[in-house]
Amino acid sequence: MPEGLITVAYIVSAALFILSLRGLSNQETARRGNMFGVAGMIIAVVATVLGGQVDSMGTLILVMLFGGGIGLVVARRVAMTAMPELVAILHSFVGAAAVLVGIVSHLESGSLTGTELLIHKIEIVLGVFIGAYTFTGSVIAFLKLRGSLGGKPLTLPLRHQLNILLVLVSVLLGTWFVNGAPEEQIMYLLIIIAISGLLGIHMIMAIGGADMPVVVSMLNSYSGWAAASAGFMLSNDLLIITGALVGSSGAILSYIMCRGMHRSFISVIAGGFGVAEGTVAAVSKEDEGKEAQSISYEETADILRGAKQVIVVPGYGMAVAQAQHIVHEITENLQKRNIIIKFAIHPVAGRLPGHMNVLLAEANLPYDIIFEMDEINSVFNATDVVLVIGANDIVNPGALDDESSPIYGMPVLEVWDAKSVIVLKRSMATGYSGVGNPLYFRDNTWMLFGDAKESLNKVAALLN
Amino acid sequence: MIIGVLKEIHPGERRVAMAPSVAKQCIKNGHSVLFEHGAGIIANFTDDQYEDSGVEIVESAHKIWEQADVILKIRPPEEGAEEIEEGEEEEYFETGKHEADLLRKGACLICLLNPGHNSDLLKRLAKRGGTAIAVDAIPRISRAQSMDVLSSMANISGYRAVTEAAHNFGRLFTGQITAAGRIPPAKVLVIGAGVAGLSAIGAAQSLGAIVRAFDTRTSVREEIQSMGAEYLEMNLDEDGAGSGGYAKTMSKEFIESEMNLFAKQAKEVNIIITTAAIPGKKSPVLITREMVESMIPGSVIVDLAAEDGGNCELTRPGEIYVHNKVTIIGLTDLPSRLPTQASQLFSNNTAKLIQHLNVDGELNLDLEDEITGAITVVHDGKVLWDPETQNKVKKKTVAPVKLETVSEKISELPEVEKKKWSLLKMIGFLSAFVLVALIGFGGSSEFISHVTVFVLACFVGYMVIWNVSPSLHTPLMSVTNAISGIIVIGGMIHLSGEQIILPAIAVLLATINIVGGFLVTHRMLEMFRK
Repeated sequence: MPEGLITVAYIVSAALFILSLRGLSNQETARRGNMFGVAGMIIAVVATVLGGQVDSMGTLILVMLFGGGIGLVVARRVAMTAMPELVAILHSFVGAAAVLVGIVSHLESGSLTGTELLIHKIEIVLGVFIGAYTFTGSVIAFLKLRGSLGGKPLTLPLRHQLNILLVLVSVLLGTWFVNGAPEEQIMYLLIIIAISGLLGIHMIMAIGGADMPVVVSMLNSYSGWAAASAGFMLSNDLLIITGALVGSSGAILSYIMCRGMHRSFISVIAGGFGVAEGTVAAVSKEDEGKEAQSISYEETADILRGAKQVIVVPGYGMAVAQAQHIVHEITENLQKRNIIIKFAIHPVAGRLPGHMNVLLAEANLPYDIIFEMDEINSVFNATDVVLVIGANDIVNPGALDDESSPIYGMPVLEVWDAKSVIVLKRSMATGYSGVGNPLYFRDNTWMLFGDAKESLNKVAALLN
Repeated sequence: MIIGVLKEIHPGERRVAMAPSVAKQCIKNGHSVLFEHGAGIIANFTDDQYEDSGVEIVESAHKIWEQADVILKIRPPEEGAEEIEEGEEEEYFETGKHEADLLRKGACLICLLNPGHNSDLLKRLAKRGGTAIAVDAIPRISRAQSMDVLSSMANISGYRAVTEAAHNFGRLFTGQITAAGRIPPAKVLVIGAGVAGLSAIGAAQSLGAIVRAFDTRTSVREEIQSMGAEYLEMNLDEDGAGSGGYAKTMSKEFIESEMNLFAKQAKEVNIIITTAAIPGKKSPVLITREMVESMIPGSVIVDLAAEDGGNCELTRPGEIYVHNKVTIIGLTDLPSRLPTQASQLFSNNTAKLIQHLNVDGELNLDLEDEITGAITVVHDGKVLWDPETQNKVKKKTVAPVKLETVSEKISELPEVEKKKWSLLKMIGFLSAFVLVALIGFGGSSEFISHVTVFVLACFVGYMVIWNVSPSLHTPLMSVTNAISGIIVIGGMIHLSGEQIILPAIAVLLATINIVGGFLVTHRMLEMFRK
């Protein structure tokens, strides 16, 4: 296959990738978009194979079948609530692949000389650095999301200085790598990989659970940059384009998430925010001595039955309790009674951008009753009941009126405007941000303590 | 502390100041409760129920006045029913002795006191050296909402006003078409859309009547409409919103056009419910004799302001009577006619109030506190109620001060941020410029073309991603995951050389990404349905 044809094939597949992302702009075209992506990938792989650049076809087929098999099983088996973990671990694969490609690319860079060789070496250093950071960072994010590591940020003394030191050492090693004797270069490269990996571990360890949505989308972005840098190493435009697309996608998602939490990107990356889950926060002065009012299943069912409009605010707690299906059952029951039911999704609800939408979709809830924060905030005052399921910080009124609150300024769902608010929660513990929630002490707020799924099951039974 | 609950001695009063469930709560909170025998019986709460909650039943009011730190009742203290008989001190509450004279020094009486009208009573209480708290003086601020007895009672009054009207009205409220002919729905006019008015609107509406409502405060229009009633308009621009959530007195022109509106409505509607009471003043007369006489025979007027003189010229407080075929209901004890519910709500409110005043098991009267200061009308032998300061306090709580500081902050903040940003931006531009220059001078032409592609792709990505619907962010991440598996090509190309293991691993990992990413995206997207 002539080289021109391969280039054309790469252009076609790059275009298909762009169309694929474009397709995700709304639900109707999203499936087609995914198909474009698949088509683009097939074209790219087939063109590379036909281009005659692959010698050991046997190994390739074997490895790809094996990898494809693993991917198939994982994609089939993964629970929708475990999406954040899956996404995180997939990022780490891209990072690891970038590191490997970088090493191999160094070992085989024989034919280049002069400026080109210099640029190539710089590209390799950059590529393995980003790759290794993405790899270890994603593994840590994966472990944190799985709960294998606690959500509490690890804050070593002088950690910012430590990070800067690590970066500086990498730069120094990088110059040695570029200028060093050929037999020493590989050693420098491996040390850079090790340091970068350490940096990834340390920086993600320092970021608290509340910032996980940002971390995941940031790592998404890095995995793109890693692919792009591999493209520079290999002089392959397709990799560069794809990497840039993914990189900017992740960057935009991080930006949206940061805005949703009213935190600057830099402060998120610097880490140290948040506490371990389950901490009971100090109650603010005004709420001192006030007791949250609890409510029974019967009363909850009665209030729901008597409502004209109900809004459900799901949070990570719904995902943990796997309560999305019973939420669907209650929704249908209420709809049969001609009660209007809507869902309100905060941009950072859950541990992944759009996490709640996926869970509700899994439970067969139609997307036209699911609304974004900006669309629905004005509707709360015309609502009889708001059902908050396992959400905390995203419905905290302190974010709007308490300047001392760490989450002050974060846009929140203004559920308290509704006539009554029922909060489903396991205990009075705080959310990931470790901030107390004055919502629980409002006069129109009632707490339904217990596991969200069990509670909702009981309420659903009473409604039937 | 010891909380005492007295039996009401006012004739016809059916409520009791503490319901058994609230008593239980108080005991749980570490208080002990003394309860006068039979006090809850008319409100359908038996002594047994109270005893089950852990309350001590006491035979005489005397003991409660002597022992309790906090004394709860509903009505203001008044003269006992019968004449005193020498030597029978045990029978205090029936002895004709005035309740106010029984207040022990150091004890605290919590009840409705109507301090605006009862200055003599307040002086009498002050003489005893105790404390008196008027639950009807609770300021209308959101923090005090859970203690606002007047709102709770007004809510019940509004509901009961409708059922009283229905009881005295010779027709159905709802419209129907039956085999025996058409029944037109009743038309109800509610004047004043405070808590009672809105409650009346709701009750009349759910009985099927056509409800119209009027209020001098234009701000309540939406509330009226949200209850399903029609808001009656006048072509005047005056707004009657006064301090503390009540309406103020209006100008002469306004009143005239208001009266014209009522006169017109009186000829059309079947039921008029008036709720226009101005605190501490005689209620305005809104329905004149002529209007009553112009009404359709069989119509009903319920005057919820009867206690303060009434909104209808012909209202006789406490009575139901018929004038010219129109029934005029001037009952002043509507909450007491739903005693179980009224007692429950009253005691919920007072329990919240006690909780507010309670510090470590003792009453702590912080007169600087906005709520406590407003309701403590007698303390340390002095009458603290002063309508003038009351108004001032209320005005103070309005929030212009706060607004100012907030707007200042708004105008200050962005500038600091802007400065910071512009500096950052400058550094960014500068470094980008240097980088571009370096690439331009030092880079090979191939490298420069790669950079071109990279920069353009970043822009394309930026444009495309902003269009992605937020609900699809998770699929977006998984699809970009899959696409970034394109790095597989890097592995494939190197699979040719002497290196086999490292590239093979790279291909393996990337393939997992590609297949896993696309499949899981597909799975997710399948679930989204309209």
